[in-house]
Amino acid sequence: MPLDPSFVGREYPPTAPYQVGREKIREFATAIGATDAAHHDPAAARELGHPDVIAPPTFPVVVTWAATQQLINDPALGLDFSRVVHGDQRFAYTRPVVAGDELVCVNTVEQIIARAGNDFITTRTDVRTVDGEPVATAWARLVVRGEG
Amino acid sequence: MAGDELSTQTYRVTRADLVRYAGAAGDFNPIHWSDRVAGTVGLPGVIAHGMFTMALAGRAVTTWAGRPDAVVEYGVRFTRPVVVPDDEEGTDVTVAGVVKERSADGLAQLELTVTAGGERVLAQARATVRLP
Repeated sequence: MPLDPSFVGREYPPTAPYQVGREKIREFATAIGATDAAHHDPAAARELGHPDVIAPPTFPVVVTWAATQQLINDPALGLDFSRVVHGDQRFAYTRPVVAGDELVCVNTVEQIIARAGNDFITTRTDVRTVDGEPVATAWARLVVRGEG
Repeated sequence: MAGDELSTQTYRVTRADLVRYAGAAGDFNPIHWSDRVAGTVGLPGVIAHGMFTMALAGRAVTTWAGRPDAVVEYGVRFTRPVVVPDDEEGTDVTVAGVVKERSADGLAQLELTVTAGGERVLAQARATVRLP
């Protein structure tokens, strides 16, 4: 079943707040081998002007996962996740994610196209603090492989 | 300067790295740790998370920029899976870069070439960084 193009422009309700922990940032940085002190040591981060340890650039994907699940769990959209391949990913940053942030995501469907038997869905996820301060925006393009 | 080549960065990726990334990122898709499952969906073996490869290329970007908070924009297209064998050597992900443009407002556009096993695994890999 092709994805319904009328979903373009649909905005999902904000996700539950994600509390960014200092240890989670350290764990993520360690997992990708990012050894810069600002990811691990609050004093080093403060020297760069941040209130606490900062996350590496791709960390927001940990937070936006909840927004992606809204799409997967929307039966009306009919996204078959077993056929989904991550096509593109892009981030624009207002500032790095910092330990102590409480972040919510608002997901908007930007584009749905069908090409060569596959569907392509592009979503924009605005990541903000619970107080409404913009932090980052993530765009993901998912490829839904056609059946057969 | 525009046209400047950046020092190529190489990152070794082993199965242990994939398991660690799965835990840290919360992405437990078995194609990133089970050869059995990877095989059933037609993959040649366990593959790295696309977002892990993007994270490694992001390390190159912050290394070149000289600050961990310098990235203003960063995007990639995933074109080929990074197959990670179950041995001590794993596989190498190599990140080369060139400065495409440097604007007066202190921003630089970088273009990345990311390869594993001699093949490009990301396309349209670009970052904008703020220079000190």
